[in-house]
Amino acid sequence: MFDEKVIQMIIEGIGETLYMTLLPTFLGYVIGMPLGILLTVTDKDGIRPNAAVYKVLDFISNIFRSIPFLILLILLIPLTRLIVGRSYGSNAMVVPLTIAAAPYIGRMVESSLKEVDHGVIEAAQSMGASTWTIVFKVLLTEARTSLIVNATIVTATILGYSAMAGTVGANGLGAIAVRYGYNRYQADIMIVTVVLLVVLVQILQGIGMMLSRKFDRRRT
Amino acid sequence: MEPIIRIEHLDKTFQSKEGEVHALNDVSLDIFKGDIYGIIGMSGAGKSTLVRCLNFLERPTAGNVTVNAQELASLSERELREARKDIGMIFQHFNLLMQRSVIDNVCFPMEIAGLKKREAREKAMEYLKVVGLEEKARAYPAQLSGGQKQRVAIARVLASDPKILLCDEATSALDPQTTKSILQLLRQINRDYGITIVVITHEMAVVQEICSHVAIIDHGNLVEHGTVEEIFRAPKSREARRLIYQGYERVTEMKGKRCVRIVFSENSSFEPVIGNMVLAFKTPVNILYANTRDLDGVAKGEMVLQLPEDEILGDKMIAYLTGAKLAVEELKDYV
Repeated sequence: MFDEKVIQMIIEGIGETLYMTLLPTFLGYVIGMPLGILLTVTDKDGIRPNAAVYKVLDFISNIFRSIPFLILLILLIPLTRLIVGRSYGSNAMVVPLTIAAAPYIGRMVESSLKEVDHGVIEAAQSMGASTWTIVFKVLLTEARTSLIVNATIVTATILGYSAMAGTVGANGLGAIAVRYGYNRYQADIMIVTVVLLVVLVQILQGIGMMLSRKFDRRRT
Repeated sequence: MEPIIRIEHLDKTFQSKEGEVHALNDVSLDIFKGDIYGIIGMSGAGKSTLVRCLNFLERPTAGNVTVNAQELASLSERELREARKDIGMIFQHFNLLMQRSVIDNVCFPMEIAGLKKREAREKAMEYLKVVGLEEKARAYPAQLSGGQKQRVAIARVLASDPKILLCDEATSALDPQTTKSILQLLRQINRDYGITIVVITHEMAVVQEICSHVAIIDHGNLVEHGTVEEIFRAPKSREARRLIYQGYERVTEMKGKRCVRIVFSENSSFEPVIGNMVLAFKTPVNILYANTRDLDGVAKGEMVLQLPEDEILGDKMIAYLTGAKLAVEELKDYV
């Protein structure tokens, strides 16, 4: 059953799953980080309230987050083809995964930044700090522990999405689980992939928690 | 002499769901260089809003604020940021950057000003020496006590070399001993650096301790202002008197015309009836006469009380005394 070919397939599956998790998470942050910062800064209690900008961004990020990921993936097939050239395989999945991740990350970043004590922001303003300085030297640094914890949650969610994408043309552990467990009734291979997915999430979670503790200076 | 802070006809209105809230009404005040100016009021009186209008953390709805001969409303965003560097501020909850060490907190305003890191660090150590915390330079705020955090905040303010220091309830989260030491430090800064200090507080003790001048704010109105000595000697407004006597309004002259004679019997003499009544109504009565008599071998106490001017209060007091099983008799034209 678990001959060399299967083991080889599973190892490749781990690699592709990690690829489909980490790259979209990274690209998602490239879009989601500025989005979250803008949502925080332009909110009515933010440091530069701007109702128009806030409403537009708020609306867009809500729309994308309310579409279930599998449906979004199918909806985005034409765009994926345009960017990657085809709609299946790990590279193609990066497109819908990134687009699903970005607004979600935006919201996560927003909620982390809004945890920063308003008094500290006020203190920075009273010193004559610019909006730019407050964003980079107050908001992002003061919220870093929460940002790291949320990045861990985001990564685990994207890993889940990448497994879901296994049903419609992705590779990786999710695809293996679908192919063997669902199409061929080979429960043993499916169980192995499921265990591996659990282990991956555990490792990511462990790394995230370790980093957030390492960077937290609030302990006595 | 030109005042360093001039507040003219300041109004601040907040829009809330229930409608408009007038936080400040037509407040005018001059503060001169070197003053330690106390602004005192009950919570919700508008004093925190007032102090935030002095560096435009809060923009006034109407009126002018002139600081260092600059009218704040006329400044551009960039000019306002520059002007703020001359106006330091410390807060009730210290508002330190929790993820930065003590010395990096003190360096923060110098980073904003664009100083070189080495130079900033050297200066920061000097300021930490001034507040007596140089050995805590590498510690993080979470490792410090409240008083130490406020000292770091003061060092941070000194780092921007301000002309004015605004203190928003800066000692309200501290115990009395620490409060005293922080106030001493503020006085030292006022003296050594010539920094004008504005102190927002709800405690008269703070004003007495360090302020040269005081303004009393009540419901968004400036009700009285002057030197601390003047206000203490002869408070004119009701609010000033209330703050000075902290909770009690001392009655200096009894104007009430109603007097009652009460008689204690033996069994009621153990309960401090008069004392309890004064506490219950938070209004004093005047004891005009008191005596004990021996009536048929039984000791009887009698007392004549002058009741407060307020009719209804007087009636309530009579009812209270009657309720305590005393003989109460109203006297006509006793005073």
